[in-house]
Amino acid sequence: MEDNQYAILRKEDFNSFISALSKLHKLAAPVFKGYNNYAFEEIRSGEEIELKYIPTILPPKKFFMPVRETLLEYDISKGLNVEAVTEYEEMLLFGVHTCDIAGIQCLNMVFSQHPQDHNYLIHKQNIKIIGLECNEYCDEYANCHLMNTHLPDGGYDLFFTDLGAYFIVHINTPAGEELIESAGFFKSAQSSQLNELASFREKKKALFKNELPIELDLIPDLFDRSFESKVWDDLDERCLACGNCTNVCPTCYCFDIKDVINLRLIAGKRYRVWDSCQLGTFAKVAGGKNFRKTRKERQRHRYYRKFRYSIDRFSRFFCTGCGRCSRTCMAGIRLKETLKSLIGTKEDAKA
Amino acid sequence: MEKIILKDSAYGIKKGTILGIQEMTENEKLFEIALEGGQKLDHEPGQFVMVSVFGAGEIPISVSSSPTNNGSFEICVRAAGKVTNALHKLEIGDMIGIRGPYGKGFPIRILERNDLLIIACGLGIAPLRSLIRYVFDNRKDFGNVHILYGCRSPDNMLFLDEIKEWKKQKDVYFECIVDQATPDWTGKVGIITTLIPGVRIDPERTFTALVGPPAMYKPAIQELLSMNVPESQILISLERHMKCGVGMCGHCQIQNLYCCQDGPVFNYEAIKHLKEAF
Repeated sequence: MEDNQYAILRKEDFNSFISALSKLHKLAAPVFKGYNNYAFEEIRSGEEIELKYIPTILPPKKFFMPVRETLLEYDISKGLNVEAVTEYEEMLLFGVHTCDIAGIQCLNMVFSQHPQDHNYLIHKQNIKIIGLECNEYCDEYANCHLMNTHLPDGGYDLFFTDLGAYFIVHINTPAGEELIESAGFFKSAQSSQLNELASFREKKKALFKNELPIELDLIPDLFDRSFESKVWDDLDERCLACGNCTNVCPTCYCFDIKDVINLRLIAGKRYRVWDSCQLGTFAKVAGGKNFRKTRKERQRHRYYRKFRYSIDRFSRFFCTGCGRCSRTCMAGIRLKETLKSLIGTKEDAKA
Repeated sequence: MEKIILKDSAYGIKKGTILGIQEMTENEKLFEIALEGGQKLDHEPGQFVMVSVFGAGEIPISVSSSPTNNGSFEICVRAAGKVTNALHKLEIGDMIGIRGPYGKGFPIRILERNDLLIIACGLGIAPLRSLIRYVFDNRKDFGNVHILYGCRSPDNMLFLDEIKEWKKQKDVYFECIVDQATPDWTGKVGIITTLIPGVRIDPERTFTALVGPPAMYKPAIQELLSMNVPESQILISLERHMKCGVGMCGHCQIQNLYCCQDGPVFNYEAIKHLKEAF
């Protein structure tokens, strides 16, 4: 029996498939950058791709919400001429892990709220996503099992799982189907191959285990009781307020809006640029009052945005378990340790 | 990269022309603005707009005029930062950009048929003046109206001409106080919270609208609670530096709320548990 939702790509056809894709559109995929670092970059051949990679330095949000993006252009040479703009290009992302697909799903929710952010939504419309399953647990920083993001759960056009001799590919959208048809190389999956996928997922259960002694459902409640926890004091002493954790987070989307004007002072642009709630002046107002003055308050805010506030707003956790914030922190602040301390503090309070 | 023009961008602006500028104090000016093509701003008292000075940037400013004004609206601006200083240098006829109005203002439909106690401190008079003017334009829809206004010194007093009128009006109880008197000042001296206990209100049917610097809220709210004003009837407008105005950029976030969309006007009952609110 064949399954139309699944297709098979033999390993020997992989490079030809990637070359064919790169001729269709700009194609970005994870590449090795040295010292256990990886990045999503434009590629042209399959050899450039690193199929076994740990989360890239920046998540693929950089394509959906560029670090710096023009929102408005104005010219005052002949009266005031002002236009809201966006720049986009059609592209393909290959090799996106499930944690990062979850991150994109979170951002999709944020920017689809009304009034909609058309700059983001136009990028989204023009980016096709090809996911890639993690066969192994990446490293000690991840918590994807806790966040339940270690298995595919929509949000992609195609999803690749490496089963040794071949990739089994889930076709999730008409756009994905079109990619497969236009590239050639693919065959429909046979039931034996689907069984192999099922047994692979079964084996995966042994590799991916809950990282923390808490069930996901209980986390909002944990945070409801942790606002005054001493754990935040510990972060206050260690945090350097550099903003790295929010830059690398796949669901952090805070931004600043700035103007830049040309040297003749007649035309300018308004752009948005990534900002960080960890920076000292983020919540400061004109009168000088700073509503999150201490690093403790700012770190706490970051954790609550991932594990509590997003539940109220989007009924979803905004941590994808990718581990980037912990991997990048110069002060050694580790998300899993923070959560573990909060869990421990709660138990202390009970006793 | 392909560039396209977005007709419905959340960051698109309407052009506004400065029709009038009134110097109110050394640091504050009142700007009268008309939108292009006679468009109405269509705001509620307590809402804010994003004001662009091209080349300098964009900032949130609350609207000071009543929605009952047709054809133009007013903003009262203190020269405090880059954009407000640039705005102060503009002249009549100059163009600025406007987005909005944004946020939740004072719940007029709920306030109607009730008594009002309006407490303004410093620049807090700017958003409250929109409410005050609306109430005066629809005076018969409201019960008793009390206005308390406090500021640093008589030189900092805003809307002086109107205040003179409010003092004379029979349909409003008006009192003001300054922190530091000047030699010619004959009025009260002290902080605004000291005026609250002297106001004769029926707390059950009184809504209070309170706007001022962050430090004023806690003591003022305490005074109101001790007079038995219900928590849900204490309305306050919280100041945050909104960058986007549409619930995205994160700058105005108060725990799980976005001040730009869930506020800036909140009732005390709804936010009293939020530690980052005050």
